[in-house]
Amino acid sequence: MLLNIKNLHVSIDGKEIIKGLNFSVNKGEVHAIMGPNGTGKSTLAAAITGRAGYEITQGEIIYKGQVINDWSPDKRANEGVFLSFQYPIEIPGVSMTNFMRTAVNAKREYLSQSPISAKEFLKKMEEKKKLVQIQSKLTNRSVNEGFSGGEKKKNEIFQMAMLEPELAILDETDSGLDIDALRVVANGVNQLKSSENAFIVITHYQRLLDYIVPDFVHVMYNGRIVKSGGKKLAVELEEKGYEWIKEQFDD
Amino acid sequence: MTNPVKGKKVMEKINQTDYPLRKKFTEYFTKHAERLGRYDIPKVAKMRRDAMETFQKTGFPQKSMERWRNTDLKNIYASDLKIFDRETPYKKQLSEIFLCEVKGFDTHVLSVLNGSFYSPEEEKLTIDGSGVIVGSLSKAMQEYPELVGKYYGEIMQQTDGFKSLNMAMTTDGVFIYVPDNIEVEKTIQIINILNDPNLIINVRNLVILGKNAKLRLLHCDDSVNHHAGFINKVNEVFIDDNAELELYKLQNLNDETALLNQTAVHQSAGSRLKVNVFSLNGGMIRNEIFDLMNGQGAWSDVRGLYLMDQKQHVDNQVNIYHNVPHCDSNQLFKGILDNEATAVFNGYINVKRDAQQTNAFQRNSNILLTKTSRVDTMPHLEIYADDVKCSHGASVGQLDNEALFYLEQRGIPFADARMLLMYAFADAVINEITIDALRISIEDMVKRRLRGDLSICDRCVLHCSNPDQPVIFDIDMSKI
Repeated sequence: MLLNIKNLHVSIDGKEIIKGLNFSVNKGEVHAIMGPNGTGKSTLAAAITGRAGYEITQGEIIYKGQVINDWSPDKRANEGVFLSFQYPIEIPGVSMTNFMRTAVNAKREYLSQSPISAKEFLKKMEEKKKLVQIQSKLTNRSVNEGFSGGEKKKNEIFQMAMLEPELAILDETDSGLDIDALRVVANGVNQLKSSENAFIVITHYQRLLDYIVPDFVHVMYNGRIVKSGGKKLAVELEEKGYEWIKEQFDD
Repeated sequence: MTNPVKGKKVMEKINQTDYPLRKKFTEYFTKHAERLGRYDIPKVAKMRRDAMETFQKTGFPQKSMERWRNTDLKNIYASDLKIFDRETPYKKQLSEIFLCEVKGFDTHVLSVLNGSFYSPEEEKLTIDGSGVIVGSLSKAMQEYPELVGKYYGEIMQQTDGFKSLNMAMTTDGVFIYVPDNIEVEKTIQIINILNDPNLIINVRNLVILGKNAKLRLLHCDDSVNHHAGFINKVNEVFIDDNAELELYKLQNLNDETALLNQTAVHQSAGSRLKVNVFSLNGGMIRNEIFDLMNGQGAWSDVRGLYLMDQKQHVDNQVNIYHNVPHCDSNQLFKGILDNEATAVFNGYINVKRDAQQTNAFQRNSNILLTKTSRVDTMPHLEIYADDVKCSHGASVGQLDNEALFYLEQRGIPFADARMLLMYAFADAVINEITIDALRISIEDMVKRRLRGDLSICDRCVLHCSNPDQPVIFDIDMSKI
């Protein structure tokens, strides 16, 4: 099992957001997590990636057989956990190239490997840029600075391709994307999919799941996973909305 | 407001803190008037006497003055500072106390030791084939009285006691003259060193660029020991029509040293001025820049980067005077403050009534790493023309936690992520350095400074005591 979450409780500023969540992911699988706003989907992503301020009050996150509750965010990242941000951050003054090179080398250092050579790095950049049809001029700019919404999301997938994670979490990657950009992003993800990695796709809509086809669909509500099923569940949710879930599971 | 009578009493009490030091200078001036004015041309001799009179009236600036509200020097006034008084020239080889080398950067070095021009060969002025004159200001006054007399004291106004004191007490400094149409290829580097404990020095530099002349000047203020000291420096710069000056100021001083660096620049028509001030360490640093745009089509870009920690204090006072139409000015100052460090930025833009078609921009950004660090930033615009584009902006903030997490999520450890963000913040100033070797050297110093590895060194900061020490976190800023 790649990821196994047992009875997870997460609080922000003392307020419990995730209230006893169980969830597991195997290599080679794509899991979709759906659900209405404010049910803790992004909090789950933050807890898995180790963001400060998200306090695990109970339960365990087990990744590749180890409890990672106390691991720093960079350690988790270098062990293969990647988050495609819902709102990618602009970092003026840090060029994309330097950012990626620093990140790639941080991982190599973590794995006790020597730094990547300039030539090898450039080759890799060129190759991965094609994957999401990212323009060369973007990688010469500062990280996400002045990027359009679509470019920012493509850039997340580009970074994912560069860092080759084992567990990738896509947090509302489809929001703010037009249909063409959505196809490009989904196509990038599909090419990165293998039997050695897994994806957690957080989304409101079934639209993205037409392109990134999930093996499992989970519905999150009020800090828990309340319903799981196959890809047909997503279609059902699209048709019926979330009201029936709310009615069924409201405390 | 408080009771005016009470207020007055407090003021008098404050004013007395500088009394012992004032007295010291007044007595010295009376006793050694002849020695001070030994090389004076008549004009300078008169200026010197008048300035002393003014100084006796005004004394040193006090916190009650608007421009000195956030920089308090009363502890310095109260400390036991000695006026430098050495009759005989310094015999030691300067290289024994100080060496300054930047890899791959060949400069023409001019040294000022304890306020006097230092020349190992006793040869105090050099003229090259193209007529460029460099050397001691006092020597220049003797050999080129008309040239020096035309500019000396004409550019810097005596707006406070320090400038008057400098005029009254200074005996030497650097003189640079670049004739019309001459581009000086080699960068000229002025190194200002204090070598005796508890000194207060008054040093003065004069730089003249003829029409279409071009010069790059690097001005370093360094400590070579941990003694306390006070440098009261005045730089006067004249840039004639279409001439171009790039001025880099590099300040790395110990925590006990105070530096008052006052620069006034006259810009004629079509001239260009680029200033980059790097304040890396210093107990108290105050940079005052007066940019007088007196000719149409003048252009200036004044930038600064300050990285202060402990109880260090830096104060940047930038004053741009748009006296004529069609001039452009830009100011950008950025600072990172740690521990209990404090900073002041005062950006003043004055656009005269007839100075139409002026573009004047100003920005000051700060990152405070601790709750105990502090910055006072004050934009001050006086615009009397109606067809101008002016803007100002200031920001004070912390490192962006969102950005920190973003970098960490990509595998970059927290300490490195923090460094990367701080470095990125500073890059807008560093990137403006057009001399590659100097930029690489300053990049390296800034990285070390941000990591906490750079302190004042036994030798020049540009060639820090351990030049071979590996840079652990090396961001390659070259665009690959």
